Amino acid sequence: MELAKIVADLGWETLVGADLTRDVRDGYCSDLLSDVLAHAQAGDLWITHQRHLNVVAVGKLRDVAGIVFPRGLRPTPDVIARAAQERVNLFLSADPAFVVAGKLYRVLHP
Amino acid sequence: MPSRTPLVLRRIYPVAPRDLEQAGTVSTEVRRELLALGMSPDVVRRASVICFEGEMNIVLYSQGGRVILLVKEDRVELLFSDDGPGIADIELVSQPGYSTAPDWARELGFGAGLGINNMEQNSDLFEIRSRVGEGTVVRATILLGVPFF
Repeated sequence: MELAKIVADLGWETLVGADLTRDVRDGYCSDLLSDVLAHAQAGDLWITHQRHLNVVAVGKLRDVAGIVFPRGLRPTPDVIARAAQERVNLFLSADPAFVVAGKLYRVLHP
Repeated sequence: MPSRTPLVLRRIYPVAPRDLEQAGTVSTEVRRELLALGMSPDVVRRASVICFEGEMNIVLYSQGGRVILLVKEDRVELLFSDDGPGIADIELVSQPGYSTAPDWARELGFGAGLGINNMEQNSDLFEIRSRVGEGTVVRATILLGVPFF
């Protein structure tokens, strides 16, 4: 499913929208960076509470469709700037991670 | 294992200890270089994971070091060398779940004890050498044209 449609349907705030035409494969939830590197797939939306610079690198290297920060956990401007530079999509949701994942699952697996 | 195939590319990237601001930049640069050489998505992905884990190990645990990228006709080699402190028991630190990461690193999502395992799983050849008081060298090789499952 196209990323732009998911973002609109779930009401996420777009912090970096480098490429909203990407096709979303599935979702992945983890706050452990090595776990994401080992198990997230290209095209996944990654839901995480981590919001520091290295998250952008992991998202880039794993080629995720985007990173979603739950519970209104807004990253600092330097993180947003790095993501824009690396063309990594970033989103913010007011919902807690469980709810973000639940809503996303329902959209991706109707 | 000596390799006599011609060298396509060599890059050396210094890595500063505890510099989390810059951490990850070597991996993204290596990824860019491999994409520019037209490497397959699979090779780029595996090299990216190996490189990030190796780079983070230098940043988090060493007194500084370097990442060396060697691309030859038949392989991509990533070497991670640091200036200490060295590892006393390589088998112990290679066990999944084992980590000496301090709390501040764990809070940032590091120190899951999966780093070396991730590097090994994505390599065709993998080797760690270390001397306590001197340093550690990790050599990870991806053989091109070899099916990977």
